[in-house]
Amino acid sequence: MTGVQDRTPITHGIDIESMQRERSRVKLEDETIALEVDKLDLFYGDKKALKSVTMKIPQKKVTAFIGPSGCGKSTLLRCFNRMNDLIDGCHTTGEIRLDGKNIYDRDVDIAMLRRRVGMVFQKPNPFPKSIYENVAYGLRLAGINKKRILDETVEWALKGAALWDEAKDRLDDSALGLSGGQQQRLIIARAIAIHPDVILLDEPCSALDPISTLKVEELINELKKEYTIVIVTHNMQQAARVSDYTAFMYVGDLIEYGSTDQLFTKPSKKQTEDYITGRYG
Amino acid sequence: MSTPGYKSHISSAFNAELEDVRQRVLAMGGLVEQQLVDATRALMELDGDLADQVRANDDKVDQLEMVIDDECSRILARRQPTASDLRLVYAVIKTITDLERIGDEAHKIAQMARDLSRQERLNHHMMETQHLSRQVSLMVRSALDAFARMDAEAALATVREDVKIDREYEALMRQCITYMMEEPRAIRRVIDLIWCVRSLERIGDHAKNISEYVIYFVKGKDVRHTSLEDMEREVLGSP
Repeated sequence: MTGVQDRTPITHGIDIESMQRERSRVKLEDETIALEVDKLDLFYGDKKALKSVTMKIPQKKVTAFIGPSGCGKSTLLRCFNRMNDLIDGCHTTGEIRLDGKNIYDRDVDIAMLRRRVGMVFQKPNPFPKSIYENVAYGLRLAGINKKRILDETVEWALKGAALWDEAKDRLDDSALGLSGGQQQRLIIARAIAIHPDVILLDEPCSALDPISTLKVEELINELKKEYTIVIVTHNMQQAARVSDYTAFMYVGDLIEYGSTDQLFTKPSKKQTEDYITGRYG
Repeated sequence: MSTPGYKSHISSAFNAELEDVRQRVLAMGGLVEQQLVDATRALMELDGDLADQVRANDDKVDQLEMVIDDECSRILARRQPTASDLRLVYAVIKTITDLERIGDEAHKIAQMARDLSRQERLNHHMMETQHLSRQVSLMVRSALDAFARMDAEAALATVREDVKIDREYEALMRQCITYMMEEPRAIRRVIDLIWCVRSLERIGDHAKNISEYVIYFVKGKDVRHTSLEDMEREVLGSP
């Protein structure tokens, strides 16, 4: 037999126990918690859209919300930076704590909260300004106008959003000239430029082609080293690919919440099983 | 079709997962190889302690199979692999089953070595058995090398070896039968040895299976239960 030598087999370095430990590595109990939702009810007028949701969002991990349309996943996401305050007749009871502080307390500065909890929407919404100014916008709002700091931060944010190489030679061009996928990464750069703690992503890839989608997913995988990420997606496969934890919601109830491995291989509730296997409806 | 790469996904996490699972298969292969080497040495030297060690280590092989299986089901659920990625995961799942079986056969050989070490020494057919075991070990190694490099031609070469092993096995069986007729007092010991020879032959079959999964991964064609000629045509192209 050519090319095959009679050498001693390599067997050292096999640590089966650590491999087994790794199998059950993702556990909510072991995580540092970034956001804590406590018996949160939300009403649109008389209609109850969230029913006593209680959950803990881990820090520097990706948490995905899945569920059929109207299940309340986007509503819940928007609660994290109080976007729902803008909707008439919407009110909440219960608490959401960020670093132990209820974000629905009266003394909370909403602008400050939104600086700490950034948001990216379904459709990229760049301002009709240059690429540079889009990213610098939040900094200027915060009163930072020094050219050197702005330059550095714009570069850092665009690199962080994996857009620098494509955009560095056209920073003064209009952001509207970028492709959809590039625009969405620009919005993410804009969000991280102000150093938030949490980034909320509401269907960030639903307007993108598959390759741009994978690029944004890869970016999410990078971003979780620095930020807590919460993502709402219609695409279950996307939740399976990008998230560490997944929550399944159904008409305002949090049905099941746990590690993504567990939820997608052996969900504990029949409703979850039916939804993720396409038996729902 | 060129050899599919599995390390060029946009998702770096997916690349890492596939590489990780592949490395684990190779680690499991190394462990199984060692088990085979130790089991045959225990048989040749009638070393009962070494035989016991092989029996104890079999548990590690089983655990590794479960760990890798679990990792594969996780990848299937979370990544929904397609095309060459799907074939890779599929080949891994099949390969570890055969590796575990090789481990079981090594375990059986160790058990026989244990039994034989307690009986009067059998001096016949040991050289032939040792030769067969060396051939089989080399075949397992070359199957694992083909898997490591995802090399269809190397896999084909390994499949060809199985014919030789089968021939050697048959010749050795005939000799054992003749010897038992001449020397009925040795029947019990020779039967123990025959179990070992049988195990070695089975290990060759498992190595052949692994090679076929490599061809399946690289060429996208299931070559199990086909003739060697068909397999050659598939791997080397039409003559």
